Amino acid sequence: MMQLSDQRDIMADPATVWAALLNPDVLKASVPGCESMTGTADTQFEAVVVQKVGPVKATFTGVVKLSDRIEGKSLTINGEGKGGPAGFAKGGAHVTLEPIEGGTRLVYTVEANVGGKLAQLGSRIIDGFAKKMADEFFTRFQDTVEDDGEDDPEIAEGEAPKKGWFKRLIS
Amino acid sequence: MPKDSGIGASSKRREDVRFLTGRGRYTADIQLHGQTYAAFARSIHAHARIVSIDTSAAEAMEGVLAVFTGADFAAVGGNPAGWLIQSRNGEAMKEPKRPVLAHGKVRHVGDAYAAVIAETPEIARSAVEALDVVFEELPAIVDMAAAVADSTNRVHDEISDNICYDWGWIEDNRAAVDAAFKAAPHVTSLKLINNRLVPNAMEPRASIGVYDPGTEDYKLYTTSQNPHLTRLLIAAFVMGIPEHKLNVIAPDVGGGFGSKIYHYGEEALVLAASRRIGRPVKWVADRSESFLTDAHGRDHVTTIELATDKQGNFLALRTETLANVGAYLSNFATVTPTFLHGTLMAGPYKTPLVYVNVKTVFTNTAPVDAYRGAGRPEATYSIERVVDKMCRELGLDPVAVRRQNFIQPDQFPYQTPVGLVYDTGNYGATLDKLMTLGNVSGFESRRAKSAENGKLRGFGLSTWVEACGIAPSALVGALGARVGLYDAATVRVNPTGNISVMVGAHSHGQGHETVFAQIVADKLGIPEANIDIVHGDTSKIPFGMGSYGSRSLAVCGSAMDKALDKVIAKGKKIAAHMLEAAEGDIIFADGKFSVTGTDKAKTFGEIAFSAYVPHNYPLATLEPGLEETAFYDPANFTYPAGAYGCEVEIDPDTGRVEVVSFTCADDFGNVMNPMIVEGQVHGGVAQGIGQALLEGCTYDDNGQLLSGSYMDYTMPRADDLPMYTVDHSCITPCTHNPLGVKGCGEAGAIGSPPAVVNAVIDALQRGGHTRITHIDMPLTPSRVWAAINA
Repeated sequence: MMQLSDQRDIMADPATVWAALLNPDVLKASVPGCESMTGTADTQFEAVVVQKVGPVKATFTGVVKLSDRIEGKSLTINGEGKGGPAGFAKGGAHVTLEPIEGGTRLVYTVEANVGGKLAQLGSRIIDGFAKKMADEFFTRFQDTVEDDGEDDPEIAEGEAPKKGWFKRLIS
Repeated sequence: MPKDSGIGASSKRREDVRFLTGRGRYTADIQLHGQTYAAFARSIHAHARIVSIDTSAAEAMEGVLAVFTGADFAAVGGNPAGWLIQSRNGEAMKEPKRPVLAHGKVRHVGDAYAAVIAETPEIARSAVEALDVVFEELPAIVDMAAAVADSTNRVHDEISDNICYDWGWIEDNRAAVDAAFKAAPHVTSLKLINNRLVPNAMEPRASIGVYDPGTEDYKLYTTSQNPHLTRLLIAAFVMGIPEHKLNVIAPDVGGGFGSKIYHYGEEALVLAASRRIGRPVKWVADRSESFLTDAHGRDHVTTIELATDKQGNFLALRTETLANVGAYLSNFATVTPTFLHGTLMAGPYKTPLVYVNVKTVFTNTAPVDAYRGAGRPEATYSIERVVDKMCRELGLDPVAVRRQNFIQPDQFPYQTPVGLVYDTGNYGATLDKLMTLGNVSGFESRRAKSAENGKLRGFGLSTWVEACGIAPSALVGALGARVGLYDAATVRVNPTGNISVMVGAHSHGQGHETVFAQIVADKLGIPEANIDIVHGDTSKIPFGMGSYGSRSLAVCGSAMDKALDKVIAKGKKIAAHMLEAAEGDIIFADGKFSVTGTDKAKTFGEIAFSAYVPHNYPLATLEPGLEETAFYDPANFTYPAGAYGCEVEIDPDTGRVEVVSFTCADDFGNVMNPMIVEGQVHGGVAQGIGQALLEGCTYDDNGQLLSGSYMDYTMPRADDLPMYTVDHSCITPCTHNPLGVKGCGEAGAIGSPPAVVNAVIDALQRGGHTRITHIDMPLTPSRVWAAINA
C-alpha cells in the first residue's frame, strides 16, 4: 500500500470543480487509460481502464464510488479494478475543496493497493506508478475544468476536446 | 594415495553426463499420446471468501475439456500433516483440512481454487482467465504476533485461533531453567528473525496424471523427492486410490531443497482429471507459481537467552519462538520447528539446562515447511548468535568460550538436556582444523590491510552440530511421527554378474547414482561400471522414504549395505557347494569366493551365473537366483558437526558486505566420495550465504507477495561467493550404521549463516560501531548502511 498527498490550485470556482468531480465524462477524461465510464455519482460509475504497470498490461474493469460527500467541500473517490489474472488495483482519494482567490484549492490524499501479479512482479514500481497516476489524474482534471482563456470555438469534428471544455459546457 | 574407484574415491558423477549434455529426462520433457494440459486459477487475494465461481464461459471455450473447482473435491480427503505435535497443555495440535482445491475460502495469494483441463496449455490458461469468480475480501493475517493476539480473524474458521500448537521442550525442565536464570551471574538476550526463504529449485514443480481405463491403474509422473510417500498420501488420505493401482514416478528432478518432499494438490488434481477425461493430464508450474506455492522455508521470530557465569560457562538457555506455518499444514511443517529445532538447542555444548517454547502460527501466506537444514539452521543461528553476543558483553574470546563449553570427546555417547543422545564427535578437533586452515592467527594483519583500503574486516565463527538421518521409527513414533523412517534397497544380481540396485532414496542432484555404485563396487569387488542405481519409481523399488534430512546414505545406504551382506551370504552358500567346502570356510574378498587356506576360488560372476543357470546348484537347500532386499531402521540419528569461519569486508560508505573467505572443517564420519561431499558443502554454504546476505521473502500487510520474482528476490550468484576452503578430514565415524557415515547435504546451510552474521558484527564492532550488536538477515547493503548511520 502506498499513500501520498498533494494539492493544486484550479482556476475555477468551487461549485464548478464540485460539479466536475461528479461528472462521468470528466472522470473518464481524467482517468489515464480510461476507455469507458458510465453510471451516476449517486450510485456508482462503471469503468474500463487499460494500463501497463511495469511488465504487466491489463484491462481493468471496475467500479468507482463517491462517498463522504459534503456538498461543495469534500468527498472520497474509491475505485476498484479487477485485471483478471494480472491481479487487482484499488485506490482511494480523499478530496477537499477550499475557495481561493480566482479559483479553488484542491487538496487530495491518495491511497493505492495492488494485488496478484501486479504486486508479485511490479512491487518496486507501484509507488512511482501510483504517484504518476494521481498526478496525471489531477492534471487532466485541472485541464478539463479550467478555462485556459483561449477561446477556440472551431473544434473540428472528431478532434479530442480541448481543455476547458467542461467549464465552457456548464457556463 | 587417493583411490580411483570404490569407497573414498572421487569418482566422477555419472549422472552429470546426461545432465550436462541436455539428455536429462525431467517430468516436463515427458510427452504422452493424447496428453492434455492443466492450468490453475490462483487467488490474487491473501484471504477471501469465495462467493461464487461461474465456470460456464470457460467450459464453453473450444478446446476446454473439463473445469474443476473446490466443490469437486469436497468429498475427498485433505492432505495431512505427517507429525502430531502436542501442546504444553497436553492438547493435540490443530489440523485444519488442506483440500486439493480451495473451497469456500482462499487463504493465501496463489491458493488454487479452480483448474481447467484443455487441449493446449494456452487454451487452459485463457480459460482460467474466463472464470468468473466473486470474492469477498477478508482482512489478511500476515504478522505472526498479530495472528496470535487476535483470534477473531482466523485463517481457518473451524479452529478457535491461529495457533497450531504451543510446544514446550522439555516442559518438565522449565522450572529448573527459569530458576537457573534467576540465579545466573550474567544473562545475554537477543531477539532475532530467521528470514523466510523461497526454495527456488531450478526445475519448477510439474506433474502428469495418467489413468488407464483398461486396467484402472493410475500413473503419476511428478517432481518429488519422495515418490513412495506421495503414493501413500494420495492413496490412503487424499484420493482413496488403492496403493497397488497407483504408480508414482519421479524421473530426473532438478533440485528440491525440501520443497519437493511434500505432496501438493496439483498431483491429486491431474490424477482426478485424467480419470474424468480418460487422457493424460500434464501441468508444469511457471516460475511465478513456484514463488507463490512451493513450500517456503524458515520464518521464525525468536527471543533467545543465555545464562552464564562471568567466565562464559553456559549455565542455562531458553528460547521463545513464533514459527510461521503459512495458510495450511504442509506434510512436515509441524515437526520442522519442533523436533528438528528444539532438540538441537544444546548445540555442541554441555549446557546443562535448556528450555524451548515454540508457537506455530497460521497466517495468510504460502505454507512453510522444511528447507535445506529444516529447523537446525534456525537452532544453530540462534545459539551461535547469542554465544557471540555473550562473548562481547563479557569481553571473552569467542574461540576459547566455545572450546570450554564443548562436549568433550570422552563424554560420548552424550545425553543432551533436549532429548538427543549424540553418539560420537570431536568438536575441538574441527575447531582446531578451522583455526589452522583458515589461518585465523593471521587475521589481524589481513584486517589492517583491509583498513588501509577503507574496508572494515571481521571474522565470524560458528560451531555446530546437527541431527541427520531422522530415526529410529520407534522413537519418532513415540514423538508423534505418523510414518516410519527406515529405508529399503534391493540388490538384483543379473545372470552375467552385473547389478541393478533399487533404492528408496531419491536423487535429485545429489549424486546417488555414483556414490551408491561406489559402495557396491567396493563391497563386491567389481567395477563401478557394472552397477546401476535405480530410484524414483514405486513400481521398481521395494519401498522408500525418499531423500531429505541428509538421510540417503546413512539410512538407505545402510539398507543397501545390509542387502549386499545378504547377497554375499548367499554367494558363500553357493560357493561352498561348487567348491565342495564347508560354508564356514568360504571367505569373500576382492570379488572372489575362496576356500580359506587354499587357492580354490570362484569369481563373483561365476557365482551369479550359477545362481541363474543352476546346473550344478544346491537346489535342495537354496533357491536359485541372486537378489536380496533389506529394510534398515537406524538406531539413532547421526550427528555431523563442524566449525565454520567466515571473513567479511564491509564498505562503510555503502554498507555492502563481501564474503572474502569461508572455511569449513566438517566431521561427516566416513566419506564415500570426497568430491561429492565437497560439492554438497559448497552448495549448502552458498544457500547459507544467500540467506545471510541476500534472500528475503517479503509479504506486504495485505498478504501480497512482494518478492515474487527474480527482480525482487535475490539469489546468490557466483560473484557473491568466495572460493571456499573445505575440509572433512576430522572423522569420528557414526557408531551405529554399517558405513560409519553421518550425512553432509545440509551442513553448509546450517553452519554458515551465523558465521556470516557474526563476521559482519565483528567487522562493525572493530570498526568502532560498538552500539551495533545485531542486524537481522538478510544483511543487505541498505540494512548495514542504516545500522552504521543510525
